[in-house]
Amino acid sequence: MLLLALCVPLVTAQGSGEGLTIGFSQIGSESAWRTAFTEAVKAEAEARGINLLFSDAQQSQENQIAAIRAWLAQGDVDAIVLAPVIESGWDDVLQEAADSGVPVIIVDRNVDSDPSLFVTRVSSDFVHEGRLAAVWLAQATSGNCNIVELYGTVGSAAAEDRHTGFMQVIDLFANMNIIHSETGNFVRTEGKAVMESILSSEDPANICAVFAHNDDMAIGAIEAIKEAGLVPAQDILIVSVDAIPDIFDSLDAGETNATVELSPFMGGPAFDAVVAHLAGEELPKWIPVGGGLYTSRAAYDADHQ
Amino acid sequence: MKKLVGLRGDSRLLWTALALFVILFVDRLISPTFFDIRMVNDRLVGSLINILDNSAPYALLAIGMTLVIATKGIDLSVGAVMAICAAVAVVLIKNYEAGATEIYYQPGVVILITIAIGAICGLWNGILIAFLDLQPIIATLILMVAGRGVAQMITGGQSPTFTNESLAFVGRGVVGGVPFPIFIAIGVLIIAILVVRRTALGLLIESVGINDRASYYAGIQARAIKLFVYMVSGMCAAVAGMIVAGEVKSADPHTAGLFSGLDAILAVVIGGTALSGGRFNLVLSVMGVLIIQSLLAGLYVSTLHPTTNLVVKAVVVLAVLLLQSPEFRRFITQPFRRAA
Repeated sequence: MLLLALCVPLVTAQGSGEGLTIGFSQIGSESAWRTAFTEAVKAEAEARGINLLFSDAQQSQENQIAAIRAWLAQGDVDAIVLAPVIESGWDDVLQEAADSGVPVIIVDRNVDSDPSLFVTRVSSDFVHEGRLAAVWLAQATSGNCNIVELYGTVGSAAAEDRHTGFMQVIDLFANMNIIHSETGNFVRTEGKAVMESILSSEDPANICAVFAHNDDMAIGAIEAIKEAGLVPAQDILIVSVDAIPDIFDSLDAGETNATVELSPFMGGPAFDAVVAHLAGEELPKWIPVGGGLYTSRAAYDADHQ
Repeated sequence: MKKLVGLRGDSRLLWTALALFVILFVDRLISPTFFDIRMVNDRLVGSLINILDNSAPYALLAIGMTLVIATKGIDLSVGAVMAICAAVAVVLIKNYEAGATEIYYQPGVVILITIAIGAICGLWNGILIAFLDLQPIIATLILMVAGRGVAQMITGGQSPTFTNESLAFVGRGVVGGVPFPIFIAIGVLIIAILVVRRTALGLLIESVGINDRASYYAGIQARAIKLFVYMVSGMCAAVAGMIVAGEVKSADPHTAGLFSGLDAILAVVIGGTALSGGRFNLVLSVMGVLIIQSLLAGLYVSTLHPTTNLVVKAVVVLAVLLLQSPEFRRFITQPFRRAA
């Protein structure tokens, strides 16, 4: 009888996770992308009938650990989804979760704990995003292009990995070179300031394309290119990463060429992982999520119905 | 002129100007077209114009910061105030774009409201400091931390964009080929100089900075002076916030003005205003801003890896500060003098 009672929620959980209670510890709301990510997870949980306990850590690891301990103490969660603020310092609390038999799924950023302490990690593949941008650019220019790279915040995984992936591809082409690489810290105004300076010092005819580590810097660069009397997306090709709503306005206006999606839709794969784990499936330690390259709003909408 | 900018035989102007010219000269070595200015679509384009344009919001912050520091205070909150004011302006103007006809959504009124919000932020700082006797660094730290949260609440965590050209003009308008922010910065600088040097106000600010209690007993309204300088700083931050928002037609509560306050403090220090209060000079503070922006412009066009930026910036700032120090100049010229 007890066994049957235990089995029932598992059976109904197959596929959707309906009836499960899942704690989601989010980093905060520091960017529009992060907010979209939170909304996407909440929407996914509601669509699946999952009871989501949401905790906003406001950029503090202490808050995240406190939230997880509270969930474990109350014994009311079937699983925990954790978007960690930083990589280190998770061993103790993950061990406590393991001791309580509550599976933990890491989303977005990484943790440096023993992989046996969590089920899997669901995240974007920044290196792949850089590769996608480079591949598009190589194709659009037949492998001939002098590139201005607008670097993200130096040292951030997103910036370093996108640069690495981008270089992996353009190194294959003798006539593709980065002629300027400068940081705009992922910020719109700084992207504009950097591009203005480069356009003032470099013959614009010598610049074939801009690769921006995020859409915001690309939007800044578009303004600088327009002010310099050039036509963005024609005189200078522009490819960036994120797929934020604003970049689609620029695509509609023909002022940028392509964007690689940094998927905020990590809730679905994370909940799938919870369900699969509870059903006894063995999962890989990393589940990379989505991130196609889009050159129009229509193509993006078609993929996200 | 020398008397007006408050130098009276001070050699600081010379050394600061020299530092600026050296940096511009190095920029010119890095990029042969650095001094070129050409006309594109009725707008002057060139590195020197970019430097002035990018300096404008920082110059405004530095003007407010100079007055604050002259009273022995500091205003860490200006970056957060920029974010709040940018958010207020953009959220209000979006109502106007959506067809709202109320008076407080009209572009001109939005600009005035935004400046008033900046003044209120400054008033908050001023009250904490002048009446509740909080340390300026703590009082303004509160708004620095909370302000970005306020800005995020105003925009709902998003980075709203707008299309209204009147508000955008503050940040990207062009008058006679010259970007409008440059006129704003020069205008505010001239007004500020006239007010502090042609009235007794400058003297009162200096006296409060040197010893606020003694000033109080001498009949100076030290509290009123402090309220005034923090409000000026807040209003300058409000205009800087609108410039930054106008430049890219959006308000980003997360990053607008981030670390701007520290750059403004750096510029004020390069300009020789003492953090211990008293002596101050607005023109030199603005030259400090130009030095930082000329340095950045050079880094942008150099082929150095971005990781080197902050170190190069620190080294150059240190060099400029040493160059200005009479003690240091005496120290390095000593061996030559002895030989002679």
